[in-house]
Amino acid sequence: MSIWPTERTLTADEATFDTVDMTINIGPQHPATHGVFRMVLTVDGELVVDCEPYIGYLHRGLEKLTETADYRQAMGWWDRTDYLAGMCCEWAYCLAVEKLSGIQVPERAEYIRVIMAELSRINSHFMFLGAFGADVGSFGTSFVYGWRERERIYDLFEEVAGDRMFPTYFKIGGVTMDLPENFESRCRWLLDSIRQGLEDLDGLLTGNEIFVERCRNLSPLTKDRAIALGITGPILRATGLPWDVRRAEPYGIYSRLDFEIPVGRQGDVFDRYFVRLAEMYQSVRIIEQCLKEMPKGGLVCATDLPKTLRIESGECYIRTEGTKGEYGVYAMAKGGNKPYRMKLRSPSFCNLSALREMVVGNYVADAIIILGSLDIVLGEVDK
Amino acid sequence: MIEFPLGSEMFGIWNWADAAIRIVIVVLVMTIVAMYLIYGERKIVARFQQRLGPTRTGPAGLLQSFADAVKLISKEDIRPDGADRWVFEFAPYATFIPVFMTLCVLPFAADWGVRNLPLGMFFVFAVLGLNIVGVMMAGLGSGNKFALIGGVRAAAQMISYEIPLVLSLLSVSMIAGTLDLNEFAAKQGDYPFVILQPLAFIIFVTAMLSELHRAPFDIPVAESEIVGGYFVEYSGIRWSMFMLTEYAALWSFSVFGGIVFLGGWNFPMGNEWGWGWQLALTFIKSALFIFFIFWVRSTVPRLRIDQLMTFCWKILLPLSLVQVVANGFILVYDGPYWLLSLTSGVGAILLIAIIINRAFRRRTATTSLVGAYRGAQVSAQ
Repeated sequence: MSIWPTERTLTADEATFDTVDMTINIGPQHPATHGVFRMVLTVDGELVVDCEPYIGYLHRGLEKLTETADYRQAMGWWDRTDYLAGMCCEWAYCLAVEKLSGIQVPERAEYIRVIMAELSRINSHFMFLGAFGADVGSFGTSFVYGWRERERIYDLFEEVAGDRMFPTYFKIGGVTMDLPENFESRCRWLLDSIRQGLEDLDGLLTGNEIFVERCRNLSPLTKDRAIALGITGPILRATGLPWDVRRAEPYGIYSRLDFEIPVGRQGDVFDRYFVRLAEMYQSVRIIEQCLKEMPKGGLVCATDLPKTLRIESGECYIRTEGTKGEYGVYAMAKGGNKPYRMKLRSPSFCNLSALREMVVGNYVADAIIILGSLDIVLGEVDK
Repeated sequence: MIEFPLGSEMFGIWNWADAAIRIVIVVLVMTIVAMYLIYGERKIVARFQQRLGPTRTGPAGLLQSFADAVKLISKEDIRPDGADRWVFEFAPYATFIPVFMTLCVLPFAADWGVRNLPLGMFFVFAVLGLNIVGVMMAGLGSGNKFALIGGVRAAAQMISYEIPLVLSLLSVSMIAGTLDLNEFAAKQGDYPFVILQPLAFIIFVTAMLSELHRAPFDIPVAESEIVGGYFVEYSGIRWSMFMLTEYAALWSFSVFGGIVFLGGWNFPMGNEWGWGWQLALTFIKSALFIFFIFWVRSTVPRLRIDQLMTFCWKILLPLSLVQVVANGFILVYDGPYWLLSLTSGVGAILLIAIIINRAFRRRTATTSLVGAYRGAQVSAQ
């Protein structure tokens, strides 16, 4: 393939002097795309004129697969959607099935679910902070700082659930097993470590003039436009709208917990980064409350579960606050042990649809960090 | 002056043999130093990132670079289909040779270098400036758009930053009254020129980072944007030549900066304690520069191309020009040397103040974020 445009006869104007827009193909294998995402940028020099995203490289047919399997078997596919925060996704799926079947979850399991989901959220946001720092160009230092805390969170997950990334720890009616004995002390140690990691990353990135200069006032987004584009999660909150499903439509035991919703002012890339950073402190706060209020003993799973879960009929839409935004599950049952339809409203996919609008008119280097600030997970985009 | 076996007359009998031996010395020394710089960078950056770096190959991973070299040499040398054959294949040489040539004029101890040119400083610029030809060749000849962007960015950056670099060195050489690097060091017996010209030193270090394509000016090789820039299509031995070039240039610039600003082999006590100490001084000073560069690389993010240009043309260039003019007045009217320190010091403080002022202005802007962060409260919905 030649980099030069194909030969053609030039018009009189073009023959004198001509510049041609160039297309750059970023992805599917490119360090900035955080997975197998591809965007074709049309650039005029360093300025992006057009951007065309291509998705689908990681499509695994999640929704169809779920229709083919027993309600309990399908769990393993759901934590592979947002694979940075598997347990948030498992929770949404569980909530949908529990709502359809009317199964009640024991008190202790609710607390465990919140702790695990918030740890997953911290985990995912650490990945964002690290990768975003690397996008802006800090040669992996932010990445390794984020990775250190992620490693410790994963260690705890392994101890609790037996697996690191895809624990399949939640199950319909509760969680698969009780917490290990030393969980509380380990978790408190982990929270201190997370706080330290946040301080480190905050100092490395927010305290850096170049970083702030790169991110401030870059692709600002208004509240109305964000709503029109269907953007949810930290990107929406960065525009100044305190919309968090955990508060707006509390699920689980979030209504009992005390936490705040960080919001930004102008919805630029810096606010998106900063809202996530502030959100992590809130997650730590939530976990601390859960550790304090959690019943010390008791069931972690409903006991009256049928051997094979059959749901006669019904439909529901469950929305949860995933790490990237509103993680919604639409479920429909028409009898039998399999769902008739399972639809995932994945936040990454909806947020990504705003990419073109944000990128056009900016520099190539900025296109990369705007994509980074959207914090997409391709498992969730492509389902 | 100390007589050392590699004085300029030792191989004088046969000029061709003399030249050949000197070339071999240059290439060998540069290659080995560059290899250990790669090792050093990996170790130092690893410490910054709470890792260990290479540990397995040889004691403390000391042979890692040799293992890498063996691997790279045995790799297939791939030329992409769309590449311009000759441009592509000669580009590594066009960057490699100029950088290695700079070693010829650097005095590592008194009167001891490969060649001691009376216009040594001029030679260093002239030759290092050629380096960009190879980078452009690689960018244009690879048949890759990332490489093309990288090459063009490198050229733009090089042209811009060469000016403050040269002006900052000009202001120092006005004081030294020479372009001979050996004499440069010889004149800094009592105090290094960084005391007289702190502003020039800051500008030199900044422009050096840019010339070397190092963070925060690593725009031409931006790993997360254009995946390595101009050498993205190279593999095997040609790629390793780019790599060697990068580190050889790093070392050349560090030794050069040490000689011009930090007193080279002379300060402190270079003349009194003999050539061993002089060599040690040269290496300590270059190591300081190199460590600083690695340190910066592992902590700061990358600038955008327009910010880079703004910084060069609107801040560095005026300051360095003013400094040259001020030096001219002071030297022509035989002003005292402390006046040089004063004017340059004021300029340096001004430059740092501009940067810190911007940073603090930004910092207050960041705290305006409404959010439950560091004590700030937000009303829950």
